[in-house]
Amino acid sequence: MDIIEILFTASFWAAAIRIATPLILATMGELICERAGVLNLGIEGIMVVGAFAGWMAVYSGTGLWVGVAVAFAVGMLFGLLHSTLTVPFGLSQHVVGLGVTLLATSATYYAYRLALPEVTSPPKIAAFQPYEIPILSDIPFLGEAVFSQTPFTYFAFLLVLAVAVVLYRTPLGLAVRAVGENPSAVAAQGLSVTAIRMGAVIVGSGFMAMGGAFLTMSAFDSFFFEMVNGRGWICIALVVFGSWRPGKALLGAVLFAAFDALQIRVQQTDIGAEIPYQIFLMMPYILSILALVVMSRRAEVPAALMVPFNKGER
Amino acid sequence: MSTHPEEVLRLDGITKRFGELTANDAVSFSLAKGEVVALLGENGAGKTTLMNILFGQYTADNGTVSVFGKTLPPGNPRAALDAGVGMVHQHFTLADNMTVQENITLGTRPLFSARLDRKEARKRIIELSERFHLAVSPDAKVGSLSVGERQRVEILKALYRDVRILILDEPTAVLTPQETDDLFATLRQAIANGLSIIFISHKLHEVMAIADRVVVLRHGKMVDGVAIKDTDKAALAALMMGAEATPPAVAPANPGETLMELKGVSTPDIGSAPGLKSVSLELKAGQIIGLAGVSGNGQAAMAEVVGGQRVPVTGSLALSGLEIPQWSPRKAVESGIARIPEDRHKTGTIADFDLTENAILERYSNTPFSRGGWLDWRKSRSFANEIIEKYDVRCPGPDTTIRLLSGGNMQKLILGRVLEAAPQIILANQPVRGLDIGAVNYVHSQLLEARDRGAAVLLISEDLDEIMGLADVIHVIAEGRLSPAFNRGEKSPAELGLWMAGQGFEEPARKQESHHAS
Repeated sequence: MDIIEILFTASFWAAAIRIATPLILATMGELICERAGVLNLGIEGIMVVGAFAGWMAVYSGTGLWVGVAVAFAVGMLFGLLHSTLTVPFGLSQHVVGLGVTLLATSATYYAYRLALPEVTSPPKIAAFQPYEIPILSDIPFLGEAVFSQTPFTYFAFLLVLAVAVVLYRTPLGLAVRAVGENPSAVAAQGLSVTAIRMGAVIVGSGFMAMGGAFLTMSAFDSFFFEMVNGRGWICIALVVFGSWRPGKALLGAVLFAAFDALQIRVQQTDIGAEIPYQIFLMMPYILSILALVVMSRRAEVPAALMVPFNKGER
Repeated sequence: MSTHPEEVLRLDGITKRFGELTANDAVSFSLAKGEVVALLGENGAGKTTLMNILFGQYTADNGTVSVFGKTLPPGNPRAALDAGVGMVHQHFTLADNMTVQENITLGTRPLFSARLDRKEARKRIIELSERFHLAVSPDAKVGSLSVGERQRVEILKALYRDVRILILDEPTAVLTPQETDDLFATLRQAIANGLSIIFISHKLHEVMAIADRVVVLRHGKMVDGVAIKDTDKAALAALMMGAEATPPAVAPANPGETLMELKGVSTPDIGSAPGLKSVSLELKAGQIIGLAGVSGNGQAAMAEVVGGQRVPVTGSLALSGLEIPQWSPRKAVESGIARIPEDRHKTGTIADFDLTENAILERYSNTPFSRGGWLDWRKSRSFANEIIEKYDVRCPGPDTTIRLLSGGNMQKLILGRVLEAAPQIILANQPVRGLDIGAVNYVHSQLLEARDRGAAVLLISEDLDEIMGLADVIHVIAEGRLSPAFNRGEKSPAELGLWMAGQGFEEPARKQESHHAS
């Protein structure tokens, strides 16, 4: 099959959107944090813990959506840890972020061993199943590509819309954006910079955990070590790629996922057989670096990103 | 005689310390409805700190603030805002990447209310800006506005919230005289509507023009409170300084040999900032050479060429008659050129370094501060101490982060750093911008002293009074072209003004003509 042909199959785009979903969720989380001026490098670890928590909850008998909520809550807990250290204490966001990633990842593996000490292969759960949206799924091409996904994917797309509306249309979003641009301006209006930033990081971390949960609850039906596999770092890049805007970040996530879906398919073509498969695995990353270079030149970085705010300091 | 029966604000025994520095020492005063109280004091006298306490941005160590008879909880800007206090900070608290409307409406509605009511807010902003003649578009990004426009946004922000008491922290420091007049007209209108104002400034004529009463601070202590009608500029200056403030007497210059010469120097334009257009200039020993001109006419290029940051494309530079082939900042420093940079925050100091580190910034690799590749902190520290003592830098000590100092004290440190090296050539770019009278006189007398010991001083200033008062020789710069040298007293301010407007030059500015066809 030719590359061009692949691009015109609905199943290819359906795969792309499926692959994009965890990225979309976690990217929204990171975007909220960064819009408030906090870089959250805990994302990778929080995705791991989210993947485990959601899956574990369902495995121990809760409903799927309750599992999603559990992942969200656990993510918020790590967000609370991250924001306590970075916001009121003003510690280095890089160091805290990497620390949270290491802690969350190790704690997850530890919890896994505690919960399932004697299994060799992790148990499976009844994951989210694709749901064909009536009428919309009958649209040729689009119906199969977009409207036959799992409900978790639909949720991710709605989340993008919600984040955009809140950021640009509500007093809360205005305050979140302002706190990332000039915290003094927010403090001068009598709002608490600390509360807004912590709130943003906590909620953002919740969405990161949901991104992880998608992996165990929709993409696969089980939990493996290393399953997050750098997706968190990709999300950091996607936020930059999207110029800190929810819509553009969504676009970036789908684009990256399309590259990923494409490389798997190209591996199976005649040309693909000639080339070492590692080259294909690299492709999405190389392309995203290139896209990042092109796109981020005119990006408007939140002016106070990574700048701690200390009240009463000159 | 006007009476102000209704007291709207009272400060009682406010004390605030930053580390070892006491910024406010038991300050008390009150404000009545419709009254303008000017808070006067030198840089570092504690005016801004006091107002930040009033507004709840700092927490006082002692003392209370009450508004309309109610004591405000300390350290809570929300409480101050809710009580009707608004503040326009000296350093604006605006988010550049956001629009005027977003900046104004920020925090005006409860965070978790559903909508922003953008239409209504927009209407109200336009209405206010028309009523108070504060022309600014609600949709403009703040980052694209001029300084004067940004200040209008800050004032609109306060008016939008119906403040009853408005604190203005050095509102005119960044404005042109025209913009200052507009601001005063707006303020008078607001006062007529019952607004009370605290006006922080060290510009005496402005205080005399707008205030009903003056409260004078000196070294954090309240010295006096007087009604404007009972005082005059000289008396206020004396109160502020603690002694009569007199500008230094200028003795005639005794020019010597030419220390530095620019011959037909040109540099390219950078963006809208003109470069130099075939400029020739002589800097003679024992002389202050004044460079007058409207901001952005090539002063930056001139300063950078002399300081070594910019290399001329055509023309040549000579030091004491010797041509220099490869010009650089390092060469400039090594050849005895000392710089007082235009922007002391950006290029003059490193904010998070302490005074010692800032004092040796330009000479850290030379003896006595460096020996065999190792920094000698003891010598560096004693050098900083020397500057602190000799130049009266008010600070807790040489280990203080320079950011904590007021502008005037920062400038004194720079001055000390420059003059202690006994430089041959001093490039003084806007050396007194933003300083109070005491500091201005001090800087000027130091420059004169340097001149009298045989240094050449290139004084770049947008303040014509400063140039005319100090310079022995005056050049005017306009569109990157340099006028001939005029001796002290040769031209009247009006005549110099014509040169500043670009008249009198032999050849018209070639390239700029098309851009400025207004």
